Amino acid sequence: MSVLVDDDTRVVVQGITGGEGKFHAEQMMEYGTNVVAGAVPGKGGQEVNGVPVYDTVHQAVDEENADTSVIFVPPAFAGDAIFESLDSDLDLAVAITEGIPTQDMARVNKRLSETDTRLIGPNCPGLITPGEAKLGILPGNIFSEGNVGLVSRSGTLTYQVVDNLTNRGIGQTTAIGIGGDPIIGTDFVDALELFENDPDTDAIVMCGEIGGEDEEEAAAFIDENVDTPVAGFIAGRTAPPGKRMGHAGAIVSGSGTGTAESKISALNDAGVPVGDTPEEVADHIEEFLA
Amino acid sequence: MKLHEYQAKQVFADAGIPTPASQLASDVDGAVAAAEEIGYPVAIKAQVQVGGRGKAGGIKLVDDEDEAREAADEILGMDLKGYHVGSVLVEEAVDFTDELYVGITMDRGEGKPVAMVSTKGGVNIEEVAEEDPDAIAREHIDPSFGMHPYQARKAVYDAGVDKAVARDVSNVLMTLYELWDDRDGSDAEINPLMVTADDDVIAADAVMNIDEDALFRQPELAEMEAEAASTGDELEQKADEYGFDYVRLEGNTGIIGNGAGLVMTTLDLVDYYGGEPANFLDVGGGAKADRIANALDMVFSDDNVESVVFNIFGGITRGDEVAKGINEALEQFDEIPKPVVVRLAGTNWEEGMEILNEDLVTVEQTLEDAVQRAVEYAEEVSE
Repeated sequence: MSVLVDDDTRVVVQGITGGEGKFHAEQMMEYGTNVVAGAVPGKGGQEVNGVPVYDTVHQAVDEENADTSVIFVPPAFAGDAIFESLDSDLDLAVAITEGIPTQDMARVNKRLSETDTRLIGPNCPGLITPGEAKLGILPGNIFSEGNVGLVSRSGTLTYQVVDNLTNRGIGQTTAIGIGGDPIIGTDFVDALELFENDPDTDAIVMCGEIGGEDEEEAAAFIDENVDTPVAGFIAGRTAPPGKRMGHAGAIVSGSGTGTAESKISALNDAGVPVGDTPEEVADHIEEFLA
Repeated sequence: MKLHEYQAKQVFADAGIPTPASQLASDVDGAVAAAEEIGYPVAIKAQVQVGGRGKAGGIKLVDDEDEAREAADEILGMDLKGYHVGSVLVEEAVDFTDELYVGITMDRGEGKPVAMVSTKGGVNIEEVAEEDPDAIAREHIDPSFGMHPYQARKAVYDAGVDKAVARDVSNVLMTLYELWDDRDGSDAEINPLMVTADDDVIAADAVMNIDEDALFRQPELAEMEAEAASTGDELEQKADEYGFDYVRLEGNTGIIGNGAGLVMTTLDLVDYYGGEPANFLDVGGGAKADRIANALDMVFSDDNVESVVFNIFGGITRGDEVAKGINEALEQFDEIPKPVVVRLAGTNWEEGMEILNEDLVTVEQTLEDAVQRAVEYAEEVSE
């Protein structure tokens, strides 16, 4: 079992003729993902590694029954690409693109609330159900099949924690990188709910970072609604207030919430142990599963 | 990206928001000449991008030439919270009866822009937000429609703004939203928006932060950025040139990694193992060899750095490219300036390990070991 993605998922890759799109479409297929189409305006009729390319996402849906899109479109056009996927009634859209203007995402967010499509990202590594399918840029070889769900705002931190788990023989149901931008589609609460309802997920890892209040909200949700044990990690304990660490999602407001301290204490209050190191997160998960 | 006050004021004035007469000056004579032209009294304001300039002595009100000369001499060249003051804004001093706050920002929790108005202007608005949140009227805006005029009026009336100026303040708020929207603002603020005895409103300060990710469609503002950046920290400027996300810190262990979350985690672990991070440096996704070499150059340029830890977990970034970059950067030295510890994992890490010249670096297999080793090296030097 898994959440959101499995070997039946039919994927259209938006931007499949670009460098990243092409490379990662190949990687996804090598992993076993069912990539059925590409969509690139003006490139309809071409093929990339045997995958037919269409001019629009609508055509890919009509001709190949695509139900999920993975978006590798440059930032200036990525907002529009997400709109196109939302307008095509897909089940799931995964936006890998980093650097989409926040105001574009605010408009996407509004449209998203009016559709049934689920968005993951943007500025995320994607998601993977080990042994079945991966959507995005995650390095497939570090993941393994198992019973731990993982949700994270940071791509490389996801890899680090998964590596710690896999090295101990602990596998994953699904790992979801939700992205660190100020405005994202699926958030911690959504992902926690999916894992809570997945009978095969026996423990959950949640990796957050400074900035915003999503972790605090997740803590409140866990307290009320989640019986599956959760272990957490929060990056940015040593970040100085007011400095921008990488992406906009990581501005410490300096006013109580948004800091590592406030997130860690909210999680602790909800019964979630937070590791000081990624290795400690794996310790907690091991204890849960023992 | 944050515009200087004089730049933001120009943008606001061009859009029709009333601002005081002002001129930029970079030397004492220029400041005095500007003051004479504008007419006393004037305010002389340091153009550096830090809050609380007034309290730190960066803003002075002067009544005549002698005072202007003295104030300009004092402020120009001063070190204001770590920033060198290279220019001042000489500005007409406005007689006011009230000070308001108006601002537009993105409410990330709601995923929508929010307009804010308060009659408690002229003070630290973050403190007002914390101590008396009801003193700030807030109006969320549907980004697909933009702000309706009724919303601007509602915010102004909800805040309790005097009816005599409500219409003018609503107009300023509408204009501010349109600017924020057109120019890809992240924050646009006027604090204070002064109300004069004649019931005019005038923007006595101006804050405009632009979404860096949108600069590609804001060429005019991108030019201003180059100008604005010229007074910052030297290393941070260098990072801008290389295009790195970089923050300089106080410690002695240099840190290079890929991905904001993992780099922050590396900082946290340096601290956890008793060391002190010297910087945050994210090379970003998919970095090629030359970028890796630039990152090392960057960190070696910081005199405080006594050791460097490289933490790369490849997804889109490839271990062989990273290894090539590290070799390239280090092979040019007869003697490596500071010990470098490398931890490679993920995509092509094995190829990377084969390429990496182990005579030049210390290799560790795990994040924890790499950080501990770098902290030890930094400590050895400090002893």
